Amino acid sequence: MTILLFAPLVALGAFCAGLLGALTGLGGGIVVVPMLTLGFHVNLRYAIGASLVSVIATSSGAAAAYVREGYTNVRIGIFLEVATTIGALVGAALAGLVPTSALAVLFGLVLLYTAYRSLDLPEEHIVTGHPDRWAARLRLDSTYPTPEGLRPYSVQQVPAGFSLMFVAGTLSALLGIGAGVVKVLAMDRTMHLPFKVSTTTSNFMIGVTAAASAGVYLHRGYIDPAIAAPVMIGVLLGALVGARILPGAPTRKLRLVFTVVVAVLALEMLYKGITGGL
Amino acid sequence: MTVERWTDEEIDQVIGRLLQIGVLIASVVTLAGGAVFLVTHGHLPADFRAFRGQPAALRSVEGIIGGVFARYSPALVQLGLVLLIATPVARVALTLVAFILQRDRIYVGLTGLVLILLTYGLLWSR
Repeated sequence: MTILLFAPLVALGAFCAGLLGALTGLGGGIVVVPMLTLGFHVNLRYAIGASLVSVIATSSGAAAAYVREGYTNVRIGIFLEVATTIGALVGAALAGLVPTSALAVLFGLVLLYTAYRSLDLPEEHIVTGHPDRWAARLRLDSTYPTPEGLRPYSVQQVPAGFSLMFVAGTLSALLGIGAGVVKVLAMDRTMHLPFKVSTTTSNFMIGVTAAASAGVYLHRGYIDPAIAAPVMIGVLLGALVGARILPGAPTRKLRLVFTVVVAVLALEMLYKGITGGL
Repeated sequence: MTVERWTDEEIDQVIGRLLQIGVLIASVVTLAGGAVFLVTHGHLPADFRAFRGQPAALRSVEGIIGGVFARYSPALVQLGLVLLIATPVARVALTLVAFILQRDRIYVGLTGLVLILLTYGLLWSR
């Protein structure tokens, strides 16, 4: 295959990943690396570099819309970015030392966990008037818009959430993903943020986290223009089209499709990682 | 309205606009570079099984800028990608300015720390 054929095919695959990611709200970044490695026989390190770049594109593109709707909590975002960027730099440093077979196995496990998590929708549990010492000190508590007007919320278990975000940053760098599944664990389940606040704030942070490790990977030669450019353009267009047709899309069915796709990719990544086929 | 009295909402608006513009510029440069790249390099085989790294002109911000001036088409694609990586960094820098204007010391410190970590990654890491 020549680059003239390879680039449009990769862009088309990335477009589908971005579309599915936007329609299911689960992020397409996680299927980009398996698509490149399993489908196009791209080296795992190039795939991770390209995927990280696309994660920045979708995060920044979508954050622009969210931030102006007034759901994003910029203070929580900045505070947790301290944890995710340190995690990302640690992850990028580790990535050079970890063999690709181990990275593939870790990727498979994260995909499996994502498939499992995408099946159950967590219940919202907003806390008010029960201040956390750190949340008060850092003024993290805020309000968010609802149909009945502004509603206040109190942020819980700040140190635990911060630690989980460090893990999210490390995984993001090691695997070239947004690691939204760990961020949800930290922000929804641990810190008890309202869904709209946690998804938008987490999306806001994903770009910053990915930028930290993408810089390191650029210097190490992981970012190949022939792979990263079509992936970035494809995912971005897919995400934009997805956001446009989202109202009226069969989200439930698409989530099921996404879960099956992710589960199959998980098993294949695990198999290739264990047998050393990557 | 004076600059000293920027509210959180106004800052959010500016940040949202900045992110959109950053992604747009990065996409246009990447697409333009990509078109030239396909003409100059499209005939080459797409074999990326082995990790070979990148030439120096595609591995650092200085190298890439030099490559663009030397009319090396992969460097133009890479410039678009670097502009994209720089977009969240610019966002953090703008947030820092906003917190300075609000005289919010804790958040000036936290945002400054994030900005240093990002700058390290993009310019100084090895």
